[in-house]
Amino acid sequence: MGAMNVNLCGIELDNPIIPASGTFGYGYEFAELYDINCLGSFSFKGTTRDPRFGNPTPRIAECTAGMINAVGLQNPGVEKVISEELPKLKKVFHKPVMANVSGFSIEDYAYTCQKLDAQEQVGWLEVNVSCPNVHGGGMSFGTDPKAAAEVTKAVKAVTTKPVIVKLSPNVTDIVSIAKACEDAGADGISLINTLLGMRIDLNRRKPVIANKMGGFSGSAIFPVAVRMVYQVANAVNIPVVGMGGVSSAEDVLEMMLAGATAVEVGAANLVNPYICRDMVEDLPRVMDKYRVNNLNEIIGGAK
Amino acid sequence: MKQSIFEIVSNQALTANVYRMELRGDTSAITAPGQFVNIQLDGMYLRRPISVCDVQGDILTIVYKVVGKGTEAMSRMESGKLDILTGLGNGYDLTLAGEKPVLLGGGVGVPPMYLLARKLREQGKEVSVILGFNTKDEIFYEQEFKALGCAVTVTTVDGSYGLKGFVTDALKTMDYTHFYTCGPEPMLKAVYRASVTSGQMSFEERMGCGFGACMGCSCKTLTGYKRICKDGPVMMKEEILWAQ
Repeated sequence: MGAMNVNLCGIELDNPIIPASGTFGYGYEFAELYDINCLGSFSFKGTTRDPRFGNPTPRIAECTAGMINAVGLQNPGVEKVISEELPKLKKVFHKPVMANVSGFSIEDYAYTCQKLDAQEQVGWLEVNVSCPNVHGGGMSFGTDPKAAAEVTKAVKAVTTKPVIVKLSPNVTDIVSIAKACEDAGADGISLINTLLGMRIDLNRRKPVIANKMGGFSGSAIFPVAVRMVYQVANAVNIPVVGMGGVSSAEDVLEMMLAGATAVEVGAANLVNPYICRDMVEDLPRVMDKYRVNNLNEIIGGAK
Repeated sequence: MKQSIFEIVSNQALTANVYRMELRGDTSAITAPGQFVNIQLDGMYLRRPISVCDVQGDILTIVYKVVGKGTEAMSRMESGKLDILTGLGNGYDLTLAGEKPVLLGGGVGVPPMYLLARKLREQGKEVSVILGFNTKDEIFYEQEFKALGCAVTVTTVDGSYGLKGFVTDALKTMDYTHFYTCGPEPMLKAVYRASVTSGQMSFEERMGCGFGACMGCSCKTLTGYKRICKDGPVMMKEEILWAQ
């Protein structure tokens, strides 16, 4: 069996498979089904400074080979995440976890990241400057290189752990934003967040989602994600975490060939709750099939 | 929750757009009436959540209405296998029923009342059932509830069968210890206002996962934010906070 371990910003992962934020909660629902310690890590539900209910429902729409969500960063706020969720998470997951953070101001990001940085279980901070479902924050920081750099700088100034900035695909030039984050001190880049999308109900002649638009994810977006991971990985010298429509062990290899050091899996968890475990189990077979002895050798291998 | 493969045993129309499907498989995760299953369908990305109508041994019965592409595809299935997540949702609490519970089902909210009625009858309860439909052609399961020994009242909005009006028109004349209901939200609101006891109400929402991971179906209640799929779909009357 080939080597599946990878090193993400100085932390060793048993394998590169990481359930993505917002599709895995704090892990307990999945820990009821299987031992989630088989995963490389996971990125927990996006955390903000204050508690948030999120958007009105309906928040979900079906699409061909994907879905749209407009949850809107529902979470209990950083204090409760630390006092209530992390102790429970600790019981079911014993590896470093990725803390996903969103904000509505640079101060918000810094405040929340500083709090989570101090938690022993947290391995990385994944700074989400790309949520398409909240107004006056989230994605607005990720669509401008200067703003993305400012958030990165502010978070780096108050944290000690690796900072991975999660980027939005809803931009003209993702490479310039990734470079701006790297220059501002980011330790890694993760991409892509969801693509802004919309569905309209023919009977009601209204948007399916109450928030009208939402983030499109699922296997349909995989080619867009591979392309953007490829572009960013070829432009920066820090590790890239690839995500967007990943649904199989073959997809993991493809993302890594595009330049990803690790791979996040999002919407697929909602359809098949066992998919990440199945991908971890299937990875050795797929590595054999494509003659991969060590995953590290294929990172960015597609030229 | 359990993921397993079920085999379609039968699938037949009950009305113009309501179907009953019987499936054979591992039903062990289904522990209470009012729970639902989430069904994967070829060509559809998200699973389709459908309430459990009955479960006996390894046979799961669902009764569903054709409302979109997914249920349309289901209605055309004659045989084959389906990947289903079972044991989802909290389900109804039978211990609160008292001696004379009343069950109110509206339209496609009728099916989950069946397993509930059967369980309550097995406990020797005096069960009244009110089934609400728009018109005579939409009625299903009246005889099935009667066969369980329930006192059944059917209401139709247009008066083409049974009592003319809504389920609440029948409820007003009844003497009961607790209510259980499932149906469209305007009906739930009406039952909420018309009922004179505590009760349990089952809610519906568009879901992403169906097992509590995505926060797609959250609602606000007097006891905090809840996920319809995981903390519900059944809520106590006393905790409901109606959206404005």
